[in-house]
Amino acid sequence: MTRAQMKQRKCDDTAARLDGKALPASAAWATDLRQQSLARLLDMGLPTKRDEYWKWTDPATLTSAVPTPAEVFNTTEAPIFDVIDRLKIVFVDGVFDATASDELAGEGVEVSLLKDALNADIHWAKDSYGVLEAAGQTPVERPMAAMNTAFATDGVVIRVTGKVAKPISIIYTHTNETSDAILHNLVKLEEGAELTLLENGPAAARFNKVLEVDVADGASFHHVRAQGRDHERRAATHIFGRVGANALFKSFTMTANGILTRNEVVLELLGDDSQAHVGGVCMGDGAFLHDDTVFITHDAERCESRQVFKKVLRNGATGVFQGKILVKDGAQKTDGYQISQSLLLDNDSQFLAKPELEIYADDVVCSHGSTTGAIDEEALFYLKSRGVGTQEATDLLTLAFLAEAIDEIAREDIAANVLERLEAWLARRKG
Amino acid sequence: MLEIKNLHVKLEEEEKQILKGVNLTVEPGKVHAIMGPNGSGKSTTSYVLSGRDGYEVTKGSATLNGEDLFDMEPEERAAAGLFLAFQYPVEIPGVGNMTFLRTAVNSQRKLRGEEELSAGEFLKIVREKAKALKIDADMLKRPVNVGFSGGEKKRNEILQMAMLEPKVCILDETDSGLDVDAMKLVAEGVNALRDGTRSFVVITHYQRLLDHIKPDYVHIMSNGRIIKSGGPELALEVENNGYADLLAEQENS
Repeated sequence: MTRAQMKQRKCDDTAARLDGKALPASAAWATDLRQQSLARLLDMGLPTKRDEYWKWTDPATLTSAVPTPAEVFNTTEAPIFDVIDRLKIVFVDGVFDATASDELAGEGVEVSLLKDALNADIHWAKDSYGVLEAAGQTPVERPMAAMNTAFATDGVVIRVTGKVAKPISIIYTHTNETSDAILHNLVKLEEGAELTLLENGPAAARFNKVLEVDVADGASFHHVRAQGRDHERRAATHIFGRVGANALFKSFTMTANGILTRNEVVLELLGDDSQAHVGGVCMGDGAFLHDDTVFITHDAERCESRQVFKKVLRNGATGVFQGKILVKDGAQKTDGYQISQSLLLDNDSQFLAKPELEIYADDVVCSHGSTTGAIDEEALFYLKSRGVGTQEATDLLTLAFLAEAIDEIAREDIAANVLERLEAWLARRKG
Repeated sequence: MLEIKNLHVKLEEEEKQILKGVNLTVEPGKVHAIMGPNGSGKSTTSYVLSGRDGYEVTKGSATLNGEDLFDMEPEERAAAGLFLAFQYPVEIPGVGNMTFLRTAVNSQRKLRGEEELSAGEFLKIVREKAKALKIDADMLKRPVNVGFSGGEKKRNEILQMAMLEPKVCILDETDSGLDVDAMKLVAEGVNALRDGTRSFVVITHYQRLLDHIKPDYVHIMSNGRIIKSGGPELALEVENNGYADLLAEQENS
């Protein structure tokens, strides 16, 4: 089969898969935007394992008509971020839960549900919904994100005008073994605005989520997310970010458990003197595939970007990293840094990495590194010779391995909360 | 008391015998120095005693207060009172020195069935001991040995020793890479730990260190055996004449 024939077949399959699937009801302008996304999706076709961008992560269970059931994981452990004072917005299997949520209001911020925004005749989302997703389709196609914009049933729409101290926290609860959730969050930070966004929870048996973030000049966006708990859940997520001048974008993700997770991050630095940091730690045990696919474009001067990803894998877990820094012509004095590392706790696990740099400016500093290895035997013996048992020493070295990524979380109380979870994850697997 | 009897050790991976019958008895409170040319088996002795991987004991025994060391994991040996000051202290990025020290102290207490030290108690003790070794707050906060100078690393070893209060301390070429001032500081730290019951095995190439840490006994090791034992004067003899005479003497005997 030729390449064109393969493409045609993929598109035909996608059209058949989506045939008769109605777009969620929304106002005319929103339906129009959804239709544009659907057209993009039908043009690209849903991804298959034959696509270069998906060669290490088989998307079949992410794109299938019916989700694979995922058992709901019950635990008495309090959810992460419970200790943080925050504004809570709860979705249960993708459906907004008003009772469990706080009032959608705060100083310096407008919060509403996506469903309401897309049903309103006039809403600022008209100029934003799907815009960054559409822009992020080149140079690499991201069909799962186009599908999201077309079919998202709900989500949170946030416009930030001031410096918001209290984090907004979106909680995704999973209660139904066959739930299939598509949520789309839209965040717009006006000039000089500040926001911390927290996200946590397994969400659904299968979760397709997009987060679009527009960071205007001088604004700061902090994002900390915890995906996990339910062993059998699957997720494909995208973050699309656009960063103005003198602005800050920081996103950190902790993933523990989950049979399949694909997290894509697509960032564009469009204003001078800005920073974009993306970090993540993942803890994989057993049937687990975790894929971080990151694309950062520098299109302005004197910007700094960091990608710091650390994965701890055991019992046959797989880690994937595809990270790219693209420095466009004229993006002088760019400082790009990328590190992806895995710690393999046994011989059954694997880490697949593709770090990429593409640079068209001549005055830049870009570095990248990717390593995979076991626990350092020298360090382990050193600790043991001081009286620390093998298990505790291994845990200590594992947390040490993750430290550089956790350092990417700006707020200390949130970082401590994440660290606590990682310690608990290690403790649960003792004995 | 540390008792090593007829210890034979080979490398695990290859048929190379390194120790060929080492005998050594270290009584409480005594300082024993082991000297000898490169490759004589000094460091191997220290590694085997502390339980490093890669060695196989083919014959002989080593006991600490009657307990068989080779029956124990490295951490159990440490809890039983054995301490090795490394020739090359290991750098551990991401683990703060303070966390490392506290984990070590409390792990040993746990293994011995003692109560763990609280954060406050620990802090008080560590600050006091660090001060005596001129280890500042910054060195305690930094990751273990990362970016430490040679002298700082060795001082950090002595601090660990002071915190863990072992019964038998093995110092593996603690003087290597130290200038005179740093060596004095380290020696003072060691001497401060001499309390009449704690014993030391000081492995060194040079008499220099022994000017500061006065040994009760000096042993010369060569080709996997202790070939001569004596008092402090033996170290001076080596310093003046080198090992050649002693080795020749051994061959002729």
